[in-house]
Amino acid sequence: MPVTDQEIKVLHEKACQLRKDIIDITYWAGGAHIGGAMSMVEILILLYYKYMKIDPKNPTWKERDRMVLSKGHGGVGYAPLLARKGYFDFQDLKEFNKFKSPFGMHLDSLKVKGVDVSTGSLGHGLPMAVGMSLGARVQKQSWLTYCILGDGECNEGSIWEAAMAASHFKLTNLITFVDRNRLMIDGTTEEIMGLEPFVDKWKAFGFVVKEVDGHNFTALADAIESAQKETKAPVVIIANTFKGKGVDFMENNVKWHYGGLDTDLVEKAKASVDRMYEQAINLKK
Amino acid sequence: MTEGLTWTVYDADTMTQSEIYGEVLCRLGEENPRIVGLSADLANSTKIGKFGKKFPDRFFNVGIAEQNLFGVAAGLAKTGLIPFVSTMAAFTAMRGAEQVRTDICYQNLNCKIIATHAGTSFGSAGTTHHCTEDLAIMRSFANMTVIAPADGIETAKAVKACVDYPGPVYIRIGRGFEPKFYENEEYDFQIGKAIEVNPGTDITLICCGVTVLQAAEAAKFLKENDDLSVRVLNMHTIKPLDEEAVMAAVTDTRRIITFEDHTILGGLGSAVADVIAASGKGCAFSKVGIPDCYCIVGYPEDLCSHYKLDTDGIIDKVREVMKMDFEEADDWEDEV
Ligand SMILES: Cc1ncc(C[n+]2csc(CCOP(=O)(O)OP(=O)(O)O)c2C)c(N)n1
Ligand SMILES: [Mg+2]
Repeated sequence: MPVTDQEIKVLHEKACQLRKDIIDITYWAGGAHIGGAMSMVEILILLYYKYMKIDPKNPTWKERDRMVLSKGHGGVGYAPLLARKGYFDFQDLKEFNKFKSPFGMHLDSLKVKGVDVSTGSLGHGLPMAVGMSLGARVQKQSWLTYCILGDGECNEGSIWEAAMAASHFKLTNLITFVDRNRLMIDGTTEEIMGLEPFVDKWKAFGFVVKEVDGHNFTALADAIESAQKETKAPVVIIANTFKGKGVDFMENNVKWHYGGLDTDLVEKAKASVDRMYEQAINLKK
Repeated sequence: MTEGLTWTVYDADTMTQSEIYGEVLCRLGEENPRIVGLSADLANSTKIGKFGKKFPDRFFNVGIAEQNLFGVAAGLAKTGLIPFVSTMAAFTAMRGAEQVRTDICYQNLNCKIIATHAGTSFGSAGTTHHCTEDLAIMRSFANMTVIAPADGIETAKAVKACVDYPGPVYIRIGRGFEPKFYENEEYDFQIGKAIEVNPGTDITLICCGVTVLQAAEAAKFLKENDDLSVRVLNMHTIKPLDEEAVMAAVTDTRRIITFEDHTILGGLGSAVADVIAASGKGCAFSKVGIPDCYCIVGYPEDLCSHYKLDTDGIIDKVREVMKMDFEEADDWEDEV
């Protein structure tokens, strides 16, 4: 078992908190990319609370593991996580999206501590992550680079150009996730621009592919640990998720790619997140 | 031809520029079966989706793949169709730039690109979604026509006009909720021809897009309070630039300021400066826009005032430029 029951309980607590933080920021900001932020919560929580070698007191520590949120519109999910890890004050996020704020919807690596690269234009993250992995190799450093892609984002040719490079250069120090929530903006991934057979595509590009339930900490942890041990080829973890996960009225609903919340909806959304948490904890008992 | 299109199918009081664009394109699609539409997972946001719903067989959503988007559009144009392509300006002018330049402009193809969320109109999204470079980039491509309509009504005029205008056309519009300037379509809009929206003899403000309204308001204020006669030009077409209107401004007012929701490098201001410099005539001149930096985060109204593109900023700038010295040659007073 890569994660103990005790650890899992804590991870669920953190996930529940992050989901509520996302709801609060969406409310403060008057709107945000909430759907795709919710779907990647478990991936982020597990990486930041269990696996990543980082030091929030020293965000530019040379040997730290790197994170590239290639689906940069997930900033509303990433920023509160960084705040809770201690990179900056959570209350600063009241300024998310506001005039002169350091926090735009898509996070700026020069303005937000803990953000390794500026993203938001889809298809840029994986190429930069490949560069950062090569950078570790050239400098004989052991840090790992983690990269999170959207599934719609995988329409971009640059993702596959980078995938080709990652396997060509045998980047086993790069661990890529795809948040496979099956939705983009205009519809489902399969109706707008079919990705299937998705696993086969990654395999054909030379990746070792792990397909897991992206809301299940144990499954994700198994995949991450085996990816860390992989010595021959880069690994992609295809995390099957639900957009809007945790908020019943948002789950798997294409309308909630981006949206705003009033106080009423905030309460409903948080109640739903609480129910999700209780269910998860009870299942563990 | 534009004369034939006298219909309006939208309500400019309640609709955004892109909503009007979507409606107008649907109507144009009924009239012209050669029109096809394309987007890249932004059919709804750019409102070209309206056309897509109406003409599903003539609409292609290529997914989040902008380079492919413009390449496919080029291919469609090669077969005699008239592609209308819409995604955000940032992913048009930058991600798709080489396809736009080499596949579309180099081959002088009949593609009409309507790019939304231009300038700082998606201000809260951050730099990745700002597009303060598109006028400069698009203007540098040979064969390209570049238009920045003042508001929704003018978007309708421009979209209608571009159908029969030969070659590639780039029209940049906002994210929505830009205030309206024109009351109706009853004015003369011609691609490449500036519109004098306020007459004046002391100074000329050359504007495009959202700054037209702000400058017109400033002109009114300055007339009443400073007794200044301020000419305001709506330079909706940045390329081909109406050089005659620029030269008339040089001769008549000898003071010019440009205002644009765009970097001051390479856009409207630079285009106007080129004309003035080449003429060799003395003229007080200043460019206002986003300085050489990445725009800060905020709502477009706030950014507009931060970068002095709102009425107050324009008033201050006019007062400043009225005091500016310049070399006056005395031998060209009554030319042009
Ligand atoms: C290059 C580029 N094109 C378009 C967009 C606009 N956009 C933002 S999010 C999004 C959909 C993303 O879908 P997906 O990658 O599946 O993300 P998720 O479902 O996790 O939100 C689009 C088209 C963008 N940010 N960048
Ligand atoms: Mg998705």
